[in-house]
Parts: sequence; structure tokens; C-alpha cells
Amino acid sequence: MFNNFFHRMASPKHFYGLAGILIPWLAVPCLLLTVAGLYYGLVKAPPDYQQGDSYRIMFIHVPAAWMSLFIYIVMAGAGAIGLIWRIKLAEVVAISSAPIGASFTFLALITGSIWGKPMWGTWWVWDARLTSELILLFLYLGVIALNNAIDDKRTAARAVAILALVGVINIPIIHYSVEWWNTLHQGPTVTKFDKPSIHLSMLIPLLLMAVAFKLYYAFVVLMRARCEVLERERNSGWVKELAEKT
Amino acid sequence: MNLEEFFNMGGYAFYVWSSYGIALLVLLVNIIAPLRQRNKLLNKIADTARRQARRNA
Repeated sequence: MFNNFFHRMASPKHFYGLAGILIPWLAVPCLLLTVAGLYYGLVKAPPDYQQGDSYRIMFIHVPAAWMSLFIYIVMAGAGAIGLIWRIKLAEVVAISSAPIGASFTFLALITGSIWGKPMWGTWWVWDARLTSELILLFLYLGVIALNNAIDDKRTAARAVAILALVGVINIPIIHYSVEWWNTLHQGPTVTKFDKPSIHLSMLIPLLLMAVAFKLYYAFVVLMRARCEVLERERNSGWVKELAEKT
Repeated sequence: MNLEEFFNMGGYAFYVWSSYGIALLVLLVNIIAPLRQRNKLLNKIADTARRQARRNA
């Protein structure tokens, strides 16, 4: 019975319908949390005693950077599942994650740069944290380019999964870069739970935005995955039926 | 806090608002792109099906 359940869930047609139902249920809470996060982050939280109001860039920058790592791990994990068990849906999730991950990596880099200018006096330094995050962007772009370069979707998915898995080595490097090397980038302030060095009034909007970004990824990856499924299944009856109705 | 102060962001208006603006833009593009792609795909698939039906007729 369980086997049957999972098979049905993983069938493209079923997934397409289920994703269509899930998307609004993820998008609406995402919007509400974003509005709350922006209100607490831009209006309620006091200015920082050292950085003034410029620190408010953090509420975009930090969740975006977290997402850039999180999505990469999801992409590589889904890629591995696709490689090992040949589950089509895993391949679809892996490739659909890449543009979203690239977007969050880009946002982390650009907002970091905009924040760095008034605080560090420079838009960019070639230090460990910034350079490894830039490499992450190139990994995402490499995955997208490789997928586009191979016509056969399943061959492309296998190649992409291998590239993504090799790139996983970069993830701990990014995470620990601020501890392993001397860098201009500040160390972690949130993940030190024994003695968190961030005030609650700033932690609340940060976490609200972090959850909002997670939900954002969840519904956007479903939107992209639906397109990918349509393209892969364009010759099957249910897709033709769906297309004729529109 | 009044509105002018809010938009001024303690003198960091350019840095704060450009960050939030770029983020909004990137996140919106990521929503619009799959919506447009879905419409394009469905149109293309319907087109192909119609052409095939005509050829078979």
C-alpha cells in the first residue's frame, strides 16, 4: 500500500495537480510573513548603536545567504536521489532549484556589497567568505548552463547532479570561512545559541524573513517544477488535454 | 518616527532602499518567469496537438 502511495505521489500527473494546490497555501503565508518581517525590520527595530540604520540590509542579506546554502544542499541532495534511484521527480526538483538558488546567491552578494560600501569603505574584497560565495554563484550558473547544453533531459539531469555533488565541497568552506580565515566579514551572531549576540528586536524580523524566504523557495520551486514536468511530459495524454483546455 | 525619517534611514537611504529594491525585483522576476513559461509551454503543446490532428484528418 505504501509503495503504491509513493508511486502515485511521484507520478508526474499527480505531482502537477498537487503542486498546483500547494502553491497558494505556501505563497499566502510567505507574503504575510514578509509584510510582518518588513514591518518589524524597517519600522519597529531600533537603529544599531554602531551601524545606524544601514544594518537593516541584514534582514535581506542574511536570509538570502542562508537560502543560497540551503537550496544548494536541496539541489545536490535531490540530484543524488535522482542519480541513485532514477526518480524523475528528484531530477525535476534539482534542476528547478538552480535558478532560485542563483537568485538568492546573487542577492546575498549584491546586498553584502551595498552594505560593505558604507561599513567597510569598499564594495568588494577578495576574502574567504566573499570569494567562496561568488564560487557558489558560478556553481549554480554552471548547473544551469550544463542543463541547457544537453538536449536529452535525463542525461542532462545526471550530468547536473554530478556537478552539483562535486560542488558540495564549497558549502562547508563558505560556512566556516569566517572561522578558518582572517576575514573582513563578521562571524556568526545567530547560530551561537549559548550566547546570542543579537538583540531580540532584531532577531525577530530576521527569523520572520528567514521563514518567509523558505516558503518563497518552496512555492517558486513548485512553480518551476510544474513547468519542467509539462515539458518532459508534453507527449502524454493528460498534458495535451490540459493544453487544449487553455 | 515620522515618514521623512523612515525614508531617510539615518542617512543610509541609498544603501538600504537599493538593497530592498533589488531584492523585490529579483524575487518578483522569479515568480513571473515560471508563470510566463507555463503559458508559453501550454500554448506550444496545444499548437502541436492541433497541427497533428489536422495532418491526421
